[in-house]
Amino acid sequence: MERMALTRSALRLFSGRFTQACQVRGYADAPSMSLTFAAPSQVLYNNISVKQIDVPSFSGSFGILPAHVPTLAVLKPGVVTVFENDGSTKKFFVSSGTVTINEDSTVQLLAEEAVPVDTLDISAAKELLAQSQSQLASASSEVAKAEAEISIEVSEALVKACE
Amino acid sequence: SQQVRGMATLKMISIRLKSVKNIQKITQSMKMVSAAKYTKAERELKLARPYGIGAQEFYKKAEVKDEEGEKGQLIIAVSSDRGLCGAVHSSIGRIVKTDIAANPNTKVVIVGDKVRNILQRLYAKNIAMVVTEVGRKPAVFGDAALVAQSIINSGIEFSKGKILFNAFRTVVSFRTTEMPLYSQNAVANASKLPVYDSLDSDVIQPYTEFSLASLLFYSMKENATSEQSSRMTAMDNASKNAGEMIDKLTMTFNRTRQAVITRELIEIISGAAALETKN
Repeated sequence: MERMALTRSALRLFSGRFTQACQVRGYADAPSMSLTFAAPSQVLYNNISVKQIDVPSFSGSFGILPAHVPTLAVLKPGVVTVFENDGSTKKFFVSSGTVTINEDSTVQLLAEEAVPVDTLDISAAKELLAQSQSQLASASSEVAKAEAEISIEVSEALVKACE
Repeated sequence: SQQVRGMATLKMISIRLKSVKNIQKITQSMKMVSAAKYTKAERELKLARPYGIGAQEFYKKAEVKDEEGEKGQLIIAVSSDRGLCGAVHSSIGRIVKTDIAANPNTKVVIVGDKVRNILQRLYAKNIAMVVTEVGRKPAVFGDAALVAQSIINSGIEFSKGKILFNAFRTVVSFRTTEMPLYSQNAVANASKLPVYDSLDSDVIQPYTEFSLASLLFYSMKENATSEQSSRMTAMDNASKNAGEMIDKLTMTFNRTRQAVITRELIEIISGAAALETKN
């Protein structure tokens, strides 16, 4: 039982970098992974087969490959990288949301807001960071403090994404 | 006296004709407005559908079932504040009523005034929360998040839950559908949950909360599209009916007008004839 858990977390840790080497099960051909990546007002991928997805989550950033162990995670503000089947890479900034990996290798990435990273403006992001920091300084109630801290977290991630 | 009555009837008919013509103008313009809103709503729904369907996948794949327990049922009835849209509100109200009759331990969260009006009289004590100012502007995720947060903050507990809304099918048809809602306990006890790696309440709680907001958002979008298309159809029918009434009234008006003229002529001619015979 313990060995299983160890192998599973090892898989998770290394699945972003070392692909077939760490797969305990061997497949003749690479199984496919169907991604649905959507926000309330836009569809980025709808049941599209992709090679790999890197997601930022509160339980750590990890990469998702076909036959990844099923799991749920809550997204942190950060960059989602999608490696498509034809070799191209697309990066999106997400504000928050959830990611679901099911047994049949379908992945649902539901983001509250998702924008392509190249549409981000670094000066606007830095301004937002400065604003949120002053908000935190002037925050009075617990709720206002929490909101300001969330704002800082998002703007820091935005600035990082632009660089 | 016959003459006077004829004139009066003529006036009455022309007043009615004018008012029905006004009504037709109003219903035609309402139809135009809802056609424009419908186009926008349908476009937004198309973009929201993968999101809404994706949000339901986990519960299907993990085979989550309703919690065993006696905490009662929660129904979130999604509708809107405005009427003149056909059977949209009444179909929701009808299903809520049958559900409460079958299971009296039911709490209802109502989104939209119209359903509240339907349920207020007999089931006021089952109403847990009412959300108003719905339907005027297209729903955004923030609205759904607000409703979800209020539901969570109110601490409503339930063993079995559902979101009731009108799913959009085509311009002329919608279907009253329900999406199941599961409590955190139900998720924690799901038969396939152990398949999912390293989950604890740190993940399950925010996941289910975000999920609630997402499902609510999706149901609001579907309902808005159904409502606008239904209103378009209703106003179109009203304009057609008004048009028929105008045709009939115009016929009656012309006949009455000709009758009045004929009567006048008869009186003049018989008066003249009477004078001649006197001479």
